[in-house]
Amino acid sequence: MQMNLDAAFSALADPTRRSILARLATGEATVNELAEPFEMSQPAISQHLKVLEDAGLVTHRVDGTKRPRRLAKPGIEAMDQWLAMLRKALEANYDRLDALLAGPAQSKKEHAMPEQAKPKQSKKEH
Amino acid sequence: MSKLTLKTEGDTHIVVTRRFAAPPDAVYRAHTEPELIQKWLLGPKGWTMPVCINEAKPGGRIRYEWRNGKGEGFYLTGEYLELEPYHRIIHVERMFLPDRTPDNHVETRFEADGSGTLMTMRMTLPDAQTRAAMLATGMEGGMEASYARLEGII
Repeated sequence: MQMNLDAAFSALADPTRRSILARLATGEATVNELAEPFEMSQPAISQHLKVLEDAGLVTHRVDGTKRPRRLAKPGIEAMDQWLAMLRKALEANYDRLDALLAGPAQSKKEHAMPEQAKPKQSKKEH
Repeated sequence: MSKLTLKTEGDTHIVVTRRFAAPPDAVYRAHTEPELIQKWLLGPKGWTMPVCINEAKPGGRIRYEWRNGKGEGFYLTGEYLELEPYHRIIHVERMFLPDRTPDNHVETRFEADGSGTLMTMRMTLPDAQTRAAMLATGMEGGMEASYARLEGII
């Protein structure tokens, strides 16, 4: 997945562009159709579409004078994979930390101490 | 039930909280001692952290490198600004994916919560755009829906 993830994520940092993606998730649409729900000029929407296309998230085909836009599946999938990995990472990390803190690897048994007790000055280990 | 919460604050902050059954000093050490960090801060199955530099003192360096054993990897660097054992850590970090992400200024607090710990991580990004991109990468899932669901769990 060597697409430009930076460009994809900065494209997503804009609420209008997220809305455009949400609309395209329901199917192909022309610039006019995409502009409709927004209080925005068609050129402004075209500019957002250009950002999305450059980021690899949206693509278009030529149909006479129209250029209907649709989601670019490889780009969306690459990002989805990346996001799934990061979400899992965050959850997995803390689950692992729970296990580590509960396990014998915990070097000192301070968890038995009352919480008012001052923590011991631990020896510097490095 | 998820123990993780994630909220935005103002234009540039992200606040993550997580409860742990262990007391603050243990959770604090798990965030500052390389031999412990390497056991949990790993991401999904298959990833390891072969390089873990963590100099837990003001001005100390942080460098974590992750590998998945299939030739892929990325790294993070940072610097400690303040440490108050076992209550508070302030540091700056950025990722290299491989492009450098903007600096993330992070304050992590460890507070006693019964016999356990409430950890609060408050991240400050340089601007709203960076924060949005970070939410998209880290947690939002790129879609408002997943973000709303995440907030719902919270």
